Amino acid sequence: MESRFLVLFLTLTLAVGSLTGCGRDRLVRADDTTPPVIEPGVERREIEPPRIDSEDFEVGILLGQISVEDFGVNTVSGARFAYHVTEGFFVELAAGQADTELTSFERLSGAAQLLTEAEREYSYYNVSLGYNIFPGEHFIGKNRAMNTQTYVIGGVGKTTFAGDDRFTINFGIGMRLMPLDWLAVHGDIRDHVFDIDLLGQEKTSHNFEATLGVTFFF
Amino acid sequence: MRCVWLVLSLSQFAIAGNAAAAERPLREVTIADPFIELHTGPGSGYPIFFVAERGEEIELVKRRTEWFKVRIPRGEEGWVHFEQLTTTLNPDGQPFDLRALGFSDYAARRWEVGALYGDFGGANIIGAYGARSFTPNLSGELWVSQALGRFSDSTMVTLNIVHLMYPDWRASPYFTLGGGVIKTEPKATLVATTDRTDSVAHVGVGVRTYLTRRFVFRAEYKTHVVFTSRDDNEEVQEWKAGFSFFF
Repeated sequence: MESRFLVLFLTLTLAVGSLTGCGRDRLVRADDTTPPVIEPGVERREIEPPRIDSEDFEVGILLGQISVEDFGVNTVSGARFAYHVTEGFFVELAAGQADTELTSFERLSGAAQLLTEAEREYSYYNVSLGYNIFPGEHFIGKNRAMNTQTYVIGGVGKTTFAGDDRFTINFGIGMRLMPLDWLAVHGDIRDHVFDIDLLGQEKTSHNFEATLGVTFFF
Repeated sequence: MRCVWLVLSLSQFAIAGNAAAAERPLREVTIADPFIELHTGPGSGYPIFFVAERGEEIELVKRRTEWFKVRIPRGEEGWVHFEQLTTTLNPDGQPFDLRALGFSDYAARRWEVGALYGDFGGANIIGAYGARSFTPNLSGELWVSQALGRFSDSTMVTLNIVHLMYPDWRASPYFTLGGGVIKTEPKATLVATTDRTDSVAHVGVGVRTYLTRRFVFRAEYKTHVVFTSRDDNEEVQEWKAGFSFFF
C-alpha cells in the first residue's frame, strides 16, 4: 500500500516537474550564458614589461694635434660616431679638419706660396673597424675604479688637402676611459697614410694624429 | 665645425636620454640558475666581483652588446652576460624570453646600412648604402660611392635592385641591377680638363654572409657602363667588399 502511494507520488512529482519545465530549465541552464552567481575575483594581469635600454651607439667630439707632412703640426678638431657590434668589435665613422701652416720652404723663400688659403685646409673622413683588445680598470685613490678599453683600429677614407681628394688608410691605437657607463674619454694615436704628388714627385705621406675626445653612449 | 655642433647637440640629447632612463621603471627578473656572475664591466675580460643566487630578484638597468647591467637587491650593480639571463624568470613565473639576435632576425630584416671598399677601374672606391627589403629575396638599395684615383676622383649615386637567390642560406649569392649618375673631377695637377656628370648603369653579382648579431659580410662585382658625351661609352669594372648591419 505504502509503496503504491510512493509510486503515485513520484509519478505526480515527475509529471508536475515535466509540465512546469523544471527539469528542462535545469538542463538549459547548464549551457546558458547568464553570468554565474559568484564572479571569480581573479583578473588576468596584462603586464607590459619595461623596455630594456640598450646603449650600442657612441657619439662624440675629438680635439688634438695632427702632423701634416711638410706642413707643420696643426690643431685638429672632429667628430666620431661608433656602433658596437659585439663586446670586442665596433665600427667607427670619423671626420676631422685642420688648417695647416706654411712649409719651411715657403717661410724661407718669403714670397713663394705652394698653396692657396682654401687648399691649405686639411679635412678627412674615414670608416674604420676597431677591436677592444685589452679591457681593464684604472684605480683612482682607494675607493674608485674606472673601466677602460684599449682598442686597435684601422680603416679607409678620404683626405681633402692641397686641392685634391686623396684615398687614405688610417690605423692606430686608442683608449676609452669610462668614468660613467654612458660617458667615455678617448685618447687616440692614429696614422693617416696617403699618396701625394704636390712637390712634383709622388710620395707616400704619413700624418700622425694625437687626439683627446669625449663620447656618449646611447 | 658645423659637425662638431651637431655632435654637441646630439650629446645633449644623449644626456637627456640617460637622465630619463634613470626615472623609468626597470625590468625585473628572478634568477633560476644556481647563481649568476656579476662582472665589473661589459666584457668577458672584466673580473667577476659578485655572485647573485637563485631566487633573487634582479633589475635590468641597461644593455650593451651581449651584456646586461643588473642591480641586485643588496644594491650592487654589475654586468652579466646574456646567456646567464636566458634561464631567469619573469614576475609571472614564465621564462624571460631573451635570445640573442640570430639568423631569424637577419631573415626578417627590413632596413640595412653598410660600407664597402674596393677597386673601381684602378681607383680606390669607398661606398656606403642604405637598403630596404621588400620580400626575403628582393631589396632596393641607395648607394653613395666615392672613387679616388691617380688622375680623377668620382662621386657616384645609384639606385639598385638586389635579388638574393637563397635567402634562407647563411651565405647566399645575389644578383643586382641599377643605375644613377657619376660626377668625375680630374685631378688639380692635370691641366685643361673639366668636371663632367654622366649617367651610369650597372649589373653585378655578389655574395652576402650573415656573421653575428646585426653583422653581415658582403662582397660584390659590378660592371658599369658610363654614358659619356663622347662617341664611346666607358666601361668600368668594380670589385668591393665590406660589412653591413641590419635593423
